[in-house]
Amino acid sequence: MNGVLSWFTDPAHWRGASGVPTLLLQHSLLTAAALLLAVLLGLPTAVWLGHRHRGGTALVNFANVGRAVPVIALLSLLALGFVGSADLGPFGRAGMATLITLALFALPPIVTSTYVGMTGVDPEIVEAARGMGMSELRLLRDVELPLALPMVVSGLRLALVQVWATATIAAIVAGPGLGRIITHGYDSDSPSEVIAGSIIVAVIALLLELGMVLLQRAVDPLPAHSR
Amino acid sequence: MTPLAAPTTVENCLTRNEWICGAYYSSRAGELGQALLQHLGIVVVSVLLGLVVAFPLALLARRYRRLEGLVVGTTTAIYTIPSLALFSLLVPLTGLGVETVVLGLGLYSLTILVRGMLDGFRGVPAEVRESAAGMGYGAGRMLLRVELPLALPTIMGALRVATVSTVALTTVGAILDEGGLGDLLVDGQLSDFKAEVLTTSVLCVLLAVALDLVLVAAQRVLTPWATRPAA
Repeated sequence: MNGVLSWFTDPAHWRGASGVPTLLLQHSLLTAAALLLAVLLGLPTAVWLGHRHRGGTALVNFANVGRAVPVIALLSLLALGFVGSADLGPFGRAGMATLITLALFALPPIVTSTYVGMTGVDPEIVEAARGMGMSELRLLRDVELPLALPMVVSGLRLALVQVWATATIAAIVAGPGLGRIITHGYDSDSPSEVIAGSIIVAVIALLLELGMVLLQRAVDPLPAHSR
Repeated sequence: MTPLAAPTTVENCLTRNEWICGAYYSSRAGELGQALLQHLGIVVVSVLLGLVVAFPLALLARRYRRLEGLVVGTTTAIYTIPSLALFSLLVPLTGLGVETVVLGLGLYSLTILVRGMLDGFRGVPAEVRESAAGMGYGAGRMLLRVELPLALPTIMGALRVATVSTVALTTVGAILDEGGLGDLLVDGQLSDFKAEVLTTSVLCVLLAVALDLVLVAAQRVLTPWATRPAA
């Protein structure tokens, strides 16, 4: 434990290309960019499919396949294959391969939760809105989407936690980010460094989860006690 | 390991570092088989561990309302911690061996299984419980003969999710050289060995699919009254 504490207080670990701030920035940038990519691709698709009540089975299958593919496998295949392991600007080494991997792993939770949220809207409410003469677009924007929002955010929460974890694993094979503190610790036989890196990654993961839970509550159009 | 099993004078798919390579399969079949078996062993033991711990936890959480929040909250928090960090944080407790990987994976499957069990029990209709109680069923017999069979499809669904994710997550055990196929996968990536990376990746997915099919079959046998297992 003393070793871990002195690792944290050593200023050398807080500067330079392998210092915590640089790796944290890489890790956060990767997570945010991958999440954004997945949202841009997955959200409109799932909202539309959910609105039309179509393609549910395909989405479930897609999510199941995603669960079966190891992160390391996809990343390795991309890094050795056509994407390559070249650096990508601020994303660091194997940036493109890592980014694509993370975005792909963020897709299933976003898509399935959004779809479930959209199809879970009370059909009587939808019928009432149609009866009032709402256009499909207004129905989608003003009725279905707000009611599905807590589920959409729930999907984002799962995706965020997933991407944060996946970005950590990326360091085992090629990737940038905070996981490199952990892998460097193993490579240099330094248990303190391994533990310190793990604590940083785990604490931020828990904070992200907590923040998303609060956001999920905030966006719910129906107060908890009315359900 | 570098792809130079053959003498340099011989030109083959190993020296050309091709994705698909018969010479690799024939020369490393033993190594692949061993890794596959280790992978399977880790998955089975981890999920069983999760199952054994999850069942009493789910029963406790169901019995005592206040415990439910604690159990679900704690397991969710564990699930949030990235696998690489969780394995590493367990090392001081359980060492650098395979036990650490099994314990970590068991903790992840625990989260999925506890939730599945609680959902399954919650789905048992109150009227069914009342009828059983009226017929003189005690708590123990009610659980085994009424509630568990009715909750089984949901629990089996959770078991499938837990098993398939555990197959994929086992590869992270490569950080401790105890990742089954993951060890070869990482080795292949670090030494730029395409056939090794593709073969081990495909084997991982096939193992997940095979175990999933086994569980689907088990569910059909266990719940013959259900026409179709829950997706």
